[in-house]
Amino acid sequence: MTPISLEAMAASIPDGAMVAVPPDNSIPSVALAKALIRRRARGLRLVGVPISGFATDILIGAGCVAEVNTSAVTLGEAGFAPRFSAALKAGTLTVRDATCPAMHTMLQAAEKGVPFMPLRGLIGSDILANRPDWVVIESPFGTGEKITLLPALHPDVAVFHAVMADSAGNVWVGRRRECATIAHASQRSLVTVERVVEGNFLEDERLCPGAINATYISGIAIAERGAQPSALLDEYGFDTDYVMQYARAAKTEAGFAEWCAEHVFDNQAVAAE
Amino acid sequence: MSYKTEELLAVCIARLIRARPTRHIAVGAASPIPAAAAWLCVKQGDPLHLSLLHKRSGNPFTDGSRELFDLTGQGRIDLFFLGGGQIDGQANINLIGTGPWPGLEVRFPGSFGSAFMYYMSGRTILFREEHSPRVFVDRVDHISAPGTSEPGVFRRGHAQALVTGRCVFDFHPDRGRFSLASYHAGESVESIRAMTGFDFDVPEGVAETVPPSDAELALLRGAVCDEMLETYPDFCARVFERKAAA
Repeated sequence: MTPISLEAMAASIPDGAMVAVPPDNSIPSVALAKALIRRRARGLRLVGVPISGFATDILIGAGCVAEVNTSAVTLGEAGFAPRFSAALKAGTLTVRDATCPAMHTMLQAAEKGVPFMPLRGLIGSDILANRPDWVVIESPFGTGEKITLLPALHPDVAVFHAVMADSAGNVWVGRRRECATIAHASQRSLVTVERVVEGNFLEDERLCPGAINATYISGIAIAERGAQPSALLDEYGFDTDYVMQYARAAKTEAGFAEWCAEHVFDNQAVAAE
Repeated sequence: MSYKTEELLAVCIARLIRARPTRHIAVGAASPIPAAAAWLCVKQGDPLHLSLLHKRSGNPFTDGSRELFDLTGQGRIDLFFLGGGQIDGQANINLIGTGPWPGLEVRFPGSFGSAFMYYMSGRTILFREEHSPRVFVDRVDHISAPGTSEPGVFRRGHAQALVTGRCVFDFHPDRGRFSLASYHAGESVESIRAMTGFDFDVPEGVAETVPPSDAELALLRGAVCDEMLETYPDFCARVFERKAAA
């Protein structure tokens, strides 16, 4: 699989697409999120698996997002996600609140190719009360248990970062297997990687459990330090200072615009390499 | 020996952990005090298995973040911790926000796994350091996860207790109410009532929280802090006055 450019990858995601993204602790592609902002994407429907973080907040701040389907949007230690909160208040964003295992369950149903799957919990919460797409039934097996059915969720595109891709187009994410879940459940998967290496991960017993098979991968782009400020497994750590600085700047729309001009648009040449 | 509030709360939680048989505890994100409590039990010799979900090294899961929920669904987590932007007298928790749905007045980050973990863990210790009428309300604006469930809804466990910066409440799922278990030094039944937006029961003879022992404080500041330095550096610097070696 020949790598494409980051900008070409961003251009291949149409406005209005449903895009699944992992959270800050699970190798999101911040590089591709920034490229989507540069291409001025609009109306994206983000799926946080199972929660959303920095990449989601900057996409919302830049006006790229119409809807978020997630269990939370947070900057972790840096606090509440400022552009998410502002967009909700302004009425420019729809949030479909969920609970973490519900996000996984809907994607697992898609992985299995079944139309829905049951999940316990949920009943009596206002999350369920606000999800007309989730249905409570009584167990058909005669136990009398009430249980919720969740529809399969098929995102148009899964977007994440990986440590490396191999000659065959397999990508390696280590233990961050939720990236595999979204790759399996989505129509296409676009993956940024630190590097491309010779060989085939699937032929190596130590690498194959952390690999995602090229069958699920639609495109690869090289983006060094592409998860930053999120951590990349044991390759680099979470950049708390960067996110703290963002959280302060993004408190206001003007502050966000300034941050964006500096960190998203000025670095275009570097990021596109 | 003098002690910090955080140390007292960790000791309170450790007592609650030990009050019932416990094999496997999972501790989530913003929880240095519950983490310290769990480590204190381990260092005191309790044979606990800890899954610290946000530890940089020692993450126990190899099947993605769904593994936590799958194993909790099976009943393999005896104890979990939850907080809330609001918590009410029926132990309902609100992580969504205040004002009209979905939190148009003040929006909190969201419910995370609470609408599952609260039902499926063997039990839950609720924890919130800020003890004010703003947090402890008569009725939460939105229920992220309910304190009790109607018949026919599978539920493995409930809140065991609510630990705050001012007191410890026990929770009674049968009647859906809290009762005051003890109040921390400097507080009284009256001061707790004044700062709590929900009604609660006061058993006869309720007394001040037993302070941490010298042995508990020594363990917290030594062996427990050693385990926590990497994951909670700011907490260790502030509470135990220790910094990780450069």
